[in-house]
Amino acid sequence: MDLDLSSVEAFRAEVRDWLARNVPATPLPSLETEKGFAAHREWERRLGAARLSAVSWPEAYGGRGASPLEWLVFEEEYYAAGAPGRVSQNGVNLLAPTLFAHGTPEQLARVLPPMAAGEVIWAQAWSEPGAGSDLAALRATATRTDDGWRLNGQKTWSSRAAFADRGFGLFRSDPASERHRGLTYLMFPLDADGVTVRPIGRLDGKPAFAELFFDDVFVPGDDVIGEVGQGWKAAMSTAGNERGLTLRSPGRFLAAAERLVALWREHGADPLLRDRVADVWIKARAYRLKGFETISRSDDIGAESSVNKIFWSELDVELHETALDILGAEGELEGDWLEGYVFSLAGPIYAGTNEIQRNVIAERVLGLPR
Amino acid sequence: MKFVLDAEQRLFGETLHKLLTEAGTPGVIRSWAAGEHDRTLWTALAQAGVFALAVPERHDGAGPRPIELVTAMVELGRHAVPGPVVETLAAAALFEGVGDEELSAEWLPRLAAGHAVVSLVPPSAEEAPPCRALDADVADLVLLTEGEGLWSARPEGTPRRSIDPARRLFTVTPAAPLASGPAVREAAAAAYDLGTLACAAQSLGVGRALLDITVAYAGTRRQFGRSIGEFQAVKHHLANAFTGLEFARPLVYGAAVSAGSPEFARDVSAAKVAASDAAYVTARIALQVHGAIGYTDEYDPSLWIRKAVALHSAWGSPANHRARLMKALS
Ligand SMILES: Cc1cc2nc3c(=O)[nH]c(=O)nc-3n(C[C@H](O)[C@H](O)[C@H](O)COP(=O)(O)OP(=O)(O)OC[C@H]3O[C@@H](n4cnc5c(N)ncnc54)[C@H](O)[C@@H]3O)c2cc1C
Repeated sequence: MDLDLSSVEAFRAEVRDWLARNVPATPLPSLETEKGFAAHREWERRLGAARLSAVSWPEAYGGRGASPLEWLVFEEEYYAAGAPGRVSQNGVNLLAPTLFAHGTPEQLARVLPPMAAGEVIWAQAWSEPGAGSDLAALRATATRTDDGWRLNGQKTWSSRAAFADRGFGLFRSDPASERHRGLTYLMFPLDADGVTVRPIGRLDGKPAFAELFFDDVFVPGDDVIGEVGQGWKAAMSTAGNERGLTLRSPGRFLAAAERLVALWREHGADPLLRDRVADVWIKARAYRLKGFETISRSDDIGAESSVNKIFWSELDVELHETALDILGAEGELEGDWLEGYVFSLAGPIYAGTNEIQRNVIAERVLGLPR
Repeated sequence: MKFVLDAEQRLFGETLHKLLTEAGTPGVIRSWAAGEHDRTLWTALAQAGVFALAVPERHDGAGPRPIELVTAMVELGRHAVPGPVVETLAAAALFEGVGDEELSAEWLPRLAAGHAVVSLVPPSAEEAPPCRALDADVADLVLLTEGEGLWSARPEGTPRRSIDPARRLFTVTPAAPLASGPAVREAAAAAYDLGTLACAAQSLGVGRALLDITVAYAGTRRQFGRSIGEFQAVKHHLANAFTGLEFARPLVYGAAVSAGSPEFARDVSAAKVAASDAAYVTARIALQVHGAIGYTDEYDPSLWIRKAVALHSAWGSPANHRARLMKALS
């Protein structure tokens, strides 16, 4: 057992150096706004040109074939440098792993390079008005035609769909099917004929997600991921990634915890808040070490990944609540900490609510009866 | 980078688990609490190599091996082993740090072999820490540090009883000087860090055992015609306990890995806060999920519940360690 990171120090230095020269001096506008979205897309292009937008992918698709450890180190440097939020995240972290597991070589070659280059930004379309935690209750349909599929129905809460280019989601392709059977995983353009995107303001009013209405939207057969009718299986492999480390890497919280310690000090190091700041720092370190443990394991972590999702989402809320309390009367005012706070509040809800994750841990990890 | 135990380290933990399961620790704990201080288990632990982990090879030990030491203490916590184990390990670090070869040669080989039970007053740098040593009446030697002085000490009067019936805490007073000088101060700090790490690992083991015991109980206890483990409120309690313990573990092992580095004290404090909090939360959940039976003295799991409470504040309260951490960060 060791924590010897010397093998990745050269990579770390390269990333740090590039970021020091390239991270915008003034923060970009919020990525949940039209202007901010465009600025963040531009940033993705720069990252892509330096082959830093998806370091763990194979080189053939625009990555660097980075090891899991290199990826963790990249993330540490990325957030320590105060680099912009990742507008490409749904594609890079959710769709791409699904394609690696279930996509065809043609799909990989067609979809991944423009994703890495920041040219195509993706939105995830799973949830529906009647299918939230109970995703298998979804009703949007895909109907087979001669050369592809026609999509109908409604999706909702699709992050960044207001400004994104393409979407991926689950549709019921067998009308006689129920629950998780008869679903197909499809990709579709958000500007296709028949797609209506209605942005939804999140808690602070920014159009961070959107409702999608499908009215006979044509999708070519090549855009089915995995087997027709086997979409649930493919979707669950993406869900596993979301719950594991990739969606919110440890580096993000390490950097935020350091900023919290600095904020606490700048505001007079109030002893009444000291223990809370300490706990946040401790938890950020715990998540970092848990990440090292996870990538060191040779077995599949399976349902245990649920524990990561609970931990980082609660840590994020705790971290930002503490920041707002340090800020006192300033806490309610618009600014980076408030933006982070609003963002953090959704963490326990998306990517499988924390109640659902607790069910998973209790039943599949601890073996309690259903 | 490989941040998991290797096969040999895992085997060491499994061997101790087996040894302790066969020893039937609940009985041992109850005898210890009743004042019968049989050393059979202590000797067995020494033979398994536990105390040698903090003793250098030149004094018949195998140490320092902080990772194996943590592995061992997790198992000892899992079985709620009584006695001044943490104190004896910390004493080894204290002797080693003081560097008085005569003193080391007198005590360390005996300590490694399990022939010397040593207790001490945790040498915390806090202001006016309580001057109490665990199981001082059982120990062959009791140590006390004051500034640059190392003393042997003797217990005074009757012990204070802890919520953990196996923990009896004695007020001690200095008896004879053993060593003095700046090395003592440094050695005391090193011993405190090692003892705190051992205590954190012990807490982690206590918490892990409580989770296992409680999951098993939730699967068998029936109310309203079904097992209580089917109720979501119970499930979520247990999932929370699991989450806390899962994230305390890497902090405890991470601190062991940083032994010898300038970050050791900081990392030990982080580990102690997380492990003792996780064990404490698990103890509260264990109590709640067991219902009234968990609140009884005679039911064995309550031995673990009470140990989790005691260890929460032993070797520095969480507040102390948070303060120390924040100081280290500045
Ligand atoms: C900011 C944000 C971004 C999102 N982005 C996307 C996206 O890009 N794509 C997408 O498809 N979706 C997205 N979602 C939707 C998200 O996946 C759902 O909100 C989530 O699955 C929960 O569904 P729901 O909101 O319908 O809540 P519900 O399922 O109605 O749950 C309401 C409450 O009931 C609890 N509950 C439900 N079932 C159980 C149960 N079995 N046991 C215990 N408690 C239960 C839940 O935990 C929750 O507290 C996003 C949501 C947010 C907030």
